[in-house]
Amino acid sequence: MLLLEMFRIAGQSIRANFFRAFLTMLGIIIGVAAVITMVALGSGAQQAINDQIDSLGGSILSVRAGQMFSRGIASSDSSISVSDADALARDVYSVTAVVPELSVRKQIKLGSANRSLSIVGTTPNFADVSDYPLLYGRLFSPGENAAKKRVAVLGGGVPAVFEKDPAMLIGQSLNIEGTSFEIIGILEEKGSIGFSNRDDYIWTPLATAQYRIAGSDKIDSISVQIAPNVPIETAMIDVERILRREHQIMPGAKNDFSLSDRKQFLNIQQEAAKIFSYLLAGIAGISLIVGGIGIMNIMLVTVTERTREIGIRKALGATRTNIMTQFLIEAMSLCIAGGTIGIILGGSASALLANLAGWQTPVSVEAITMAFFFSAGVGLFFGIWPARKAAKLDPIEALHYE
Amino acid sequence: MSETPIIRINKLHRSYPMGDEVIHALNGIDLEIRRNEYVAIMGPSGSGKTTLMNIIGCLDSPNSGEYLLNNQSVSKLRDNQLARIRNAEIGFVFQTFNLLNRTSALQNVELPLIYKGVSRKERHERAKGILDAVGLGSRMKHRPSEMSGGQRQRVAIARALITEPSILLADEPTGNLDSATGREIMGIFDKLHSDGQTIILVTHEADIAAHAKGEVHLRDGSIANDTRPTISQEVPAQ
Ligand SMILES: Nc1ncnc2c1ncn2[C@@H]1O[C@H](COP(=O)(O)OP(=O)(O)OP(=O)(O)O)[C@@H](O)[C@H]1O
Ligand SMILES: [Mg+2]
Repeated sequence: MLLLEMFRIAGQSIRANFFRAFLTMLGIIIGVAAVITMVALGSGAQQAINDQIDSLGGSILSVRAGQMFSRGIASSDSSISVSDADALARDVYSVTAVVPELSVRKQIKLGSANRSLSIVGTTPNFADVSDYPLLYGRLFSPGENAAKKRVAVLGGGVPAVFEKDPAMLIGQSLNIEGTSFEIIGILEEKGSIGFSNRDDYIWTPLATAQYRIAGSDKIDSISVQIAPNVPIETAMIDVERILRREHQIMPGAKNDFSLSDRKQFLNIQQEAAKIFSYLLAGIAGISLIVGGIGIMNIMLVTVTERTREIGIRKALGATRTNIMTQFLIEAMSLCIAGGTIGIILGGSASALLANLAGWQTPVSVEAITMAFFFSAGVGLFFGIWPARKAAKLDPIEALHYE
Repeated sequence: MSETPIIRINKLHRSYPMGDEVIHALNGIDLEIRRNEYVAIMGPSGSGKTTLMNIIGCLDSPNSGEYLLNNQSVSKLRDNQLARIRNAEIGFVFQTFNLLNRTSALQNVELPLIYKGVSRKERHERAKGILDAVGLGSRMKHRPSEMSGGQRQRVAIARALITEPSILLADEPTGNLDSATGREIMGIFDKLHSDGQTIILVTHEADIAAHAKGEVHLRDGSIANDTRPTISQEVPAQ
């Protein structure tokens, strides 16, 4: 009842100085909007990486050629070969699929356009292991590999690189350094993973890439798919043992290949995104605190300006508690109003940004309630000192304040 | 016949430290005010009139001495209790009106009732009634800044009366008004007195003091002269 009156008084006083109140609120508005946006962006980025991790399916180990040393001179020759891939497939029990890859960057001509892209020679199971569904056409067959057929499957991003309609490309031919390849399939787009954007690759049978493009029977990486129930560390040890055996590396000597877990990389990215989003939210939180200091400042000004009013109210029977409540409500109203506007603003901003980044991140109810109570808390924290100052004024001195 | 007085003050002292010295604003005041009295407190500037009014009005507390208001000792009450007594028992009228300039006459008059916890509807009705009684029925929505000095003082009187206080305290209520307006305001006080209101009035001017039914003269924080008939008859040289 009395509290209702206090709200009315606070409302009157905010309206009486509306522009000033608005400027003061601006600090809170910006602070809350920033917190909401940053939290949404951070969780959006993490969610995006999570989705990628999930889309990888079972764990995949990646074997890459390391540098080979012969008499102290680093050779650029690749150290892994198709026979390594065969050995892994044959001898490591936890392996469910092995995908050798040979990647070369070449100038590609499609129609009149020329682009430099990576061509990856591989086995037909690559699409299955990396979970690349076909959008149009078909994948190449083992027979086409054996026959070194000039067929190509385009990554989901390639048609856009050449500014072509994917549906129209099947059956057309592209030209790789004078050799023409038939386009037999187009994959769905998946988005980039790590550093390389595999959507922009052109896939051909491994033998075709080796003999018609690279002119070498080496390969430069092997993707090894691990059975889902096998710990990645165990699989890594198995793979390493077999490869050392194949390469006849002496005990104690260094590997001439490297082993990495693609998910590991994403997990590192995930951690980085998390730290980054905490950092952003922290900075946004600081701006909210700065906003709170603005509230305190203006409340102190208000209390000084209204010293006489406080004296009058006290003379007419307002208790300390009454005066304190009045000014506290005023500070908190500013903060809560600012917080509400900030929530709306921050919600729209993060919806917009999520849209631009292509993320699925609705602003969470938790973030909104948190922002709301946090701004109320800021009002309480920064309003309490000015309110106490008002409540403690001596009525006689306050009445004579000019 | 001796009804207990509304105010009973014994050996009241109030001093202010001023650097090395101490100013004795009130220096042993003994005073009784009975129901429906109409007293003028007079005295030269600095004699302690305002200090006495502030203590009677529970805005200030004495350093020593006893103050009984309606038989209740208030000299040692705490801040919040004093606020409640100011709200319920005291009506203030100030020389400088002390109205809230941002709000209407009606809202100004309602103010004490807000702190009393009276409902909005009842507040409106009572405030309207009193504003009518002081002749401002047509100006209730006006703000103090849109009113003359006399009108403002009427609003202040209405505000002081709305809680039906035991005493009405007026510290130089005509000090900021011209003499004609001052007489109008004094007319209101006279009417209130005849309706039974207890009034204590501080003034410098003899013709304003003449409206009251007795005068108490202060000099240097002490009572120099008390011209009230009843007190001098009932309390013969103690
Ligand atoms: N807050 C204060 N601090 C120090 N001294 C004060 C204070 N208030 C009053 N005094 C002193 O106390 C004495 C009495 O002051 P008071 O205001 O009661 O006088 P007054 O009779 O009302 O005078 P006036 O007719 O000028 O209003 C004065 O000497 C004054 O200087
Ligand atoms: Mg005075």
